[in-house]
Amino acid sequence: MQFDSWSAFIAMGGYGVYVWSAFFVTFFCIGLLALEAVWRRTKLRDEAKKQQARQQRIEKAKRES
Amino acid sequence: MWRWLHPYAKSEATFALNQKILPWFLIPGLLLTAVGLVWGLAYAPPDYQQGESYRIIFVHVPAAIWSMGFYVSMAIAGLIALVWQIRTAELAVLAIAPVGAALTFISLFTGAVWGQPMWGTWWVWDARLTSQLILLFLYLGVMALYVAFEDERAGGKAASILALVGVINIPIIHYSVYWWNTLHQQSTITKVITRFESPSIAPEMLWPLVVNIFAFMGLAAALVIMRLNNELLRREIHRPWAQKVLNSGDKENSNAV
Repeated sequence: MQFDSWSAFIAMGGYGVYVWSAFFVTFFCIGLLALEAVWRRTKLRDEAKKQQARQQRIEKAKRES
Repeated sequence: MWRWLHPYAKSEATFALNQKILPWFLIPGLLLTAVGLVWGLAYAPPDYQQGESYRIIFVHVPAAIWSMGFYVSMAIAGLIALVWQIRTAELAVLAIAPVGAALTFISLFTGAVWGQPMWGTWWVWDARLTSQLILLFLYLGVMALYVAFEDERAGGKAASILALVGVINIPIIHYSVYWWNTLHQQSTITKVITRFESPSIAPEMLWPLVVNIFAFMGLAAALVIMRLNNELLRREIHRPWAQKVLNSGDKENSNAV
């Protein structure tokens, strides 16, 4: 461990703003891409469900007519 | 080899392979990121000149290396899409571009917040920084071209051509620090490969950096795989295999290969 205390770790020898903003932006971007991928999959799942329901409605209408 | 590769032109085969290899990138990526972060931020020694500010290297260098690495992989996918007319390769271009753009943006941003305390400026128009900015524009151009056409195949073709032409920028980025007088320093790690020189960095700093380089590769590859799978499902949403995958809540589609 290179730092004596948490405050020294946060301060980063006076470069805290630079170091922490670099790490924050990096993992914010990566996290955003990961969230987008998961969100996209949920959307696709909803879309598939909608299409299947529509297909079933069409088939039901065909049978009843 | 072609007999082995050819089934992967079929979407469900690629999807099944992707599902199988995803954990092999995601889990090591997450573990190495945790190790690399703690090692780089807390345990690596401070630099004798730059003090603690140099710790930005642990995100700056991996992002910069893979911004170029993923560009080359995107261009290879574009070449395959153009030569063999394989649509899955076009989708791979679309899957890689935003991840590469994010890596390029990260390298530029972390470089700026490193440059401000060390060089006294956020930005200079030197050859390294400018060519890296052009890389970002190439990625954005590929993404924009893909969606710029009414017909998705035409967009995929145009994006593949731009990806392929843009490869010329990769050696320019790498050698910019040798060909021109740049404020940016010369190569520290990649010269092991391109110049057969040993890395000019103390081993106590090199090892956490190597961990982070592999961590970023794992994370970025996992993101590409997740994105490619989404694109495959989007394109084939009417097909039974895609419906089955989407209904089953993503259990492995193992009987496709």
